[in-house]
Amino acid sequence: MRKFDTKVQHLKYRVLREVARAAWEDKLVERYNDITKILVPGPRPTMRCCIYKERAIIAERIKLASGGDSENPNVIEVIEIACDECPVGGFEVTEACRGCIAHRCEDVCKRGAISFDRHQKAHIDKDKCIECGMCAKVCPYFAIVSRKRPCENACKVKAIHMNEDKAAQIDNHKCISCGACVYQCPFGAISEKSFILDAIRILKESADNTACKVYAVVAPSIASQFRYAKLGQVISALKVLGFHTVVEAALGADLVAWDEAGELVEKGFLTSSCCPAFVDYIEKQFPDLREKVSHNLSPMARMGQIIHETDPTAKVIFIGPCTAKKMEYQKESVRELVDCVLTFEELQALIDSRDIDLASLPEEPLDNASYYGRIFARSGGLADAVKQALSERGETEFEFKPISCDGIEACRTALLRASKGVLPANFIEGMACIGGCIGGAGCLTHGEKNKNEVDQYGRLASEKRIADARGIIPGING
Amino acid sequence: MVVTVCIGSSCHLKGARPIVERLQTLITQKNLEETVQLKGTFCTGNCMKGVCVSVDDENYSVSPDTVDAFFQKEILERLNDAPEAQA
Repeated sequence: MRKFDTKVQHLKYRVLREVARAAWEDKLVERYNDITKILVPGPRPTMRCCIYKERAIIAERIKLASGGDSENPNVIEVIEIACDECPVGGFEVTEACRGCIAHRCEDVCKRGAISFDRHQKAHIDKDKCIECGMCAKVCPYFAIVSRKRPCENACKVKAIHMNEDKAAQIDNHKCISCGACVYQCPFGAISEKSFILDAIRILKESADNTACKVYAVVAPSIASQFRYAKLGQVISALKVLGFHTVVEAALGADLVAWDEAGELVEKGFLTSSCCPAFVDYIEKQFPDLREKVSHNLSPMARMGQIIHETDPTAKVIFIGPCTAKKMEYQKESVRELVDCVLTFEELQALIDSRDIDLASLPEEPLDNASYYGRIFARSGGLADAVKQALSERGETEFEFKPISCDGIEACRTALLRASKGVLPANFIEGMACIGGCIGGAGCLTHGEKNKNEVDQYGRLASEKRIADARGIIPGING
Repeated sequence: MVVTVCIGSSCHLKGARPIVERLQTLITQKNLEETVQLKGTFCTGNCMKGVCVSVDDENYSVSPDTVDAFFQKEILERLNDAPEAQA
């Protein structure tokens, strides 16, 4: 079965796998040139103009796989030589325009940006065009196309522009590290830093969990990943890799939902704090709303906290769908709770770097959370969980009016209205990725069925209520 | 005295939660909150023997059905045998 959505992901994965292979043996420096040749054997180029450019780009990818540019605080980086400098024309009328007489494009354009020459062919006035795309939608000949760069198109927070060399450039003051551009760039020219070497170092230093124990905290969106194997086999693989044990981040989500319900009743208005890209967006674009963000830790960080309470010398590695988590764990408040963050893509590379055959492994259980903690992985799940927590806490008087924002554009609309005091809701569930975490840039695959798979996984949880999931932690009610 | 209950996946499925809740209740009933510290741990590596509970450094296998007897024998009686441990 197909492991990835795109060949760009596959290329990234191969680089990560080779880097990891070398790192397990402490031979990354010696093998540096070998890796570029393994990935680009030549003599003919398969991706770019020549094998030398291909190898130069692979070298940049190896750098990113090894932690990237330490001078750049952002985990999302542009590989300039890989950027194909796509044209940036915006909406353009192509040769397919037949010069018809209906002029639907003109009628639908609210800005009056469309005019016609003497052959009735349409022209777009760039000064007036706001790139709404309506003209392209109504043209019966599909003669109007968007020439916006895929990265810019993917970046709904407008953090990507082109530099003087026409390569993409990320404005770190605007970027929320959601990874949308990483997933969308057809040349793989934008990529995220990997901390896979840190993960390998932590696993090695634990000396088979004798010097310290290494815990994997996995996000519930894992339910829609690794389709070619069973989840229990992925859990086994993590143990083969050297993890002491695997715990669900969803238990952290149960705890967060419970506490967030209490905080909401106390304050009357709240936004969620689980999605680090959403929180970053508020901090950068809506600083006045900063105080409205829930003061709870994210489920990842909360789980790191719980693990450290049971084992103070624990090392915690979070594995999830998210590139923004790689920013979150570097925050001062989270750094001591979580030691490393990997994506599912990176986990796949790590598993294959040890030639672990998932399909041949036995299944091991993963059961720490309730249905509600698990459905945090998809849009709407967090609000459902807070509603449930309010009911379990007996807050029957409180009128819960949530709005679930699916994707950063929906978040922006809700935050704009909230900042003007005209949002008819008292709780904003903000998820930067479309679909929620299951749409994250670090997922192996993205698909229509993912939401159902998360819900199904939720229903398999042995605990049905949030209070019951909490009940397993000694002293949490005391 | 430190009583540690494994709350990892395997032990959870075998009833770690009712054990934690029951021990908490018993500790409160006997006013032992100051003497007995109840803790959790994610996996002790003895999944086959779950639910794994340790009293200080000694390991036991407990089930929701045997938790009361376990409390009586391994916690209460031990405290009575060694009153200095309560200090």
